[in-house]
Amino acid sequence: MNPYNYLYVAGLLFTIGAVGVVVRRNAIVVFMCVELMLNAANLAFVTFSRINGTLEGQVTAFFTMVVAACEVVVGLAIIVAIYRSRRSASVDDASLLKR
Amino acid sequence: MSTSSSLVYLIALPLFGAATLLLGGRRTDKWGHLLATGMAASSFGVGLYQLSEMLGRSGEERAVTQKLFSWIAVGNFNIDAALLLDQLSICFVLLITGVGTLIHIYSIAYMEHDENRRRFFAYLNLFIASMLLLVLGNSYLNLYVGWEGVGLASYLLIGFWNQKPAYATASKKAFVMNRVGDMGLSFAIMIAFATLGTTTFEGVQEASHHASEAALTAIGIMLLVAATGKSAQFPLQAWLGDAMAGPTPVSALIHAATMVTAGVYLIVRSNFIFDAAPTAQLLVVIVGAITLIFGALIGTAKDDIKKALAASTMSQIGYMVLGAGLGPAGYAFAIMHLLTHGFFKASMFLGAGSVMHGMNDEVNMRKFGNLRKFMPITFVTFGLGYLAIIGVPPFAGFYSKDAIIETAFNAGGVKGIILGSVALLGAAITAFYMSRVMILTFTSRGRWDDNAHPHESPWLMWLPIAILSVGSVTAGFLFTRGDALVHWLEPVVGGHHGEHEEFLPALVVSGLALTAVAIGVAIAIVKYQLSDVDSIAPEKVSALTRFVRRDLGQDAFNEAVFMRPGQSLTKLLVASDDRVIDGAVRGIARVAIGSGSALRKTQTGFARSYAAFILIGAIVLIAGIWVVTQ
Repeated sequence: MNPYNYLYVAGLLFTIGAVGVVVRRNAIVVFMCVELMLNAANLAFVTFSRINGTLEGQVTAFFTMVVAACEVVVGLAIIVAIYRSRRSASVDDASLLKR
Repeated sequence: MSTSSSLVYLIALPLFGAATLLLGGRRTDKWGHLLATGMAASSFGVGLYQLSEMLGRSGEERAVTQKLFSWIAVGNFNIDAALLLDQLSICFVLLITGVGTLIHIYSIAYMEHDENRRRFFAYLNLFIASMLLLVLGNSYLNLYVGWEGVGLASYLLIGFWNQKPAYATASKKAFVMNRVGDMGLSFAIMIAFATLGTTTFEGVQEASHHASEAALTAIGIMLLVAATGKSAQFPLQAWLGDAMAGPTPVSALIHAATMVTAGVYLIVRSNFIFDAAPTAQLLVVIVGAITLIFGALIGTAKDDIKKALAASTMSQIGYMVLGAGLGPAGYAFAIMHLLTHGFFKASMFLGAGSVMHGMNDEVNMRKFGNLRKFMPITFVTFGLGYLAIIGVPPFAGFYSKDAIIETAFNAGGVKGIILGSVALLGAAITAFYMSRVMILTFTSRGRWDDNAHPHESPWLMWLPIAILSVGSVTAGFLFTRGDALVHWLEPVVGGHHGEHEEFLPALVVSGLALTAVAIGVAIAIVKYQLSDVDSIAPEKVSALTRFVRRDLGQDAFNEAVFMRPGQSLTKLLVASDDRVIDGAVRGIARVAIGSGSALRKTQTGFARSYAAFILIGAIVLIAGIWVVTQ
């Protein structure tokens, strides 16, 4: 199978994630879209690793997963905290910093 | 040159007094004046001890030095704080501490009812210490420290009653005008250092033998500027009259006997420079000649007794500067006149203070008159000073002034004739205005205010005056007996080897001088003793009189030439500071604020729009890289 097809999938996933971050309001969905973008990047890393026959790309994918896990912990905690205090999970509501 | 370890006490004692009184505060109010007087007197005692030591040695070995500490030591460059006591400085030391002590004693009574008497004595002691440092410093740099110190003390004491705005202004005027002169001294030191590589008197004298005349002339002119500032000589003379705002003992000590003569000291001390720079020396003579007439003319129109005496001080210092500018022939006579003047002018100023003391602090001579009946001691002592200053033999002023006039005539050629005539004219005017002071105050009809109750001053006041007037009677005779002072100073200022022909025999000059004096006195008697004087100065007077009353336009001149343009310059600078510098700063701020508020609109607070910006930015960046690498 042509390994470049994986790159197309990765590009598609990244685009879906990016558009989701920009257009969706719900913080959980935005968060999931961010995860989607991270995993699209992971897929691209692994694919490149495969194409070039080296291991660096796969190692980087593991690092990304660890970072993503940490990010999920912190990010969900923030979202839960904001929801508790403001009864809203909309990212547009949390726009107080401009004032 | 031998060393002595006791020179420092001359300065340290009064300095200790000043520090104690200033730091001790009100606690020292009760005995502060006694401590200050004691310090001045003990300094005088040290001076006498030094004199006796000095007399024990022979001519060339009389100078002693004392190194205090290494002041500036950078590599090969060393400046020591060191003192030098030689035949010239001992004269000053004894004058400063001797007259100073008497004036301290006088001030105990004069300032008795002033609540700040302690502060007054602290400043007096500070002055004595600074003045001693001035005359004892072994280099121009050390002298400069004392020079600034006396300027400070003078400022503090002129403005001693600074609750009166006019007095505070007078002290500022004196300080500012002195700064102009001080600048000259600092320039002189810089030039000396740059061209001769040293600032000690010994070193400069050594180096001056093979220095270029241009450099020496520059140093000489700058020293002259310094002297004109401190000694109230033309063209920096305008501050002295206003300096009479200070308490009278201050006027006697600082603005008559000692500080204002520092310029003469500077010139005589720098004799090796002026001898090698004829242009600078000629300027010295010109300054002296102008000032002696200038001051004398101002003296003729003053109704304020202290200002009349101040004008006379200016004029007499003009004589000294003239003498100092005549080279080796005149240095000793300049110093002699300085010393005799120190006696008789101090005694007259203290006499004026005594008159004011008895007349409710009135200074207008038109409101005096007939005081000889009520103040006999003051009258006699003042009279002795008067006879000394106009130069009647055998009083002190006769010997010293006559010697200067004679030296001026002997300067040779047209210069000698002009200088001699100027000095003679000055003597006549001096006789006139001093007689005027004498007549208006003591002998003419009484024109007092109704509440005046003239009375003699306490003994603490008249005793110092009496001692000073003994000096004004005998000093001249003692100094000239066997040319004592001339020989005494010869190792320092060089001897006069009689290279000029005598233009006029000494007796003829004395005769001319006495004739001039007699004419001056006669005019004064006719105008003020024999005709009646108003207690209010007449308004309808000639334009010339009005001009002289306005101090020959010295203040108007300074105002028109320096003050007004200076203020315009200041205004211009303020405006340019406002417009250009502040404008630039404010402009930058406005640009920052404007761009900030424009950029602020992009900060919506919406996380999604930030994310969109990042996305767009990333796309643009990638597209850019793609375009570039293709």
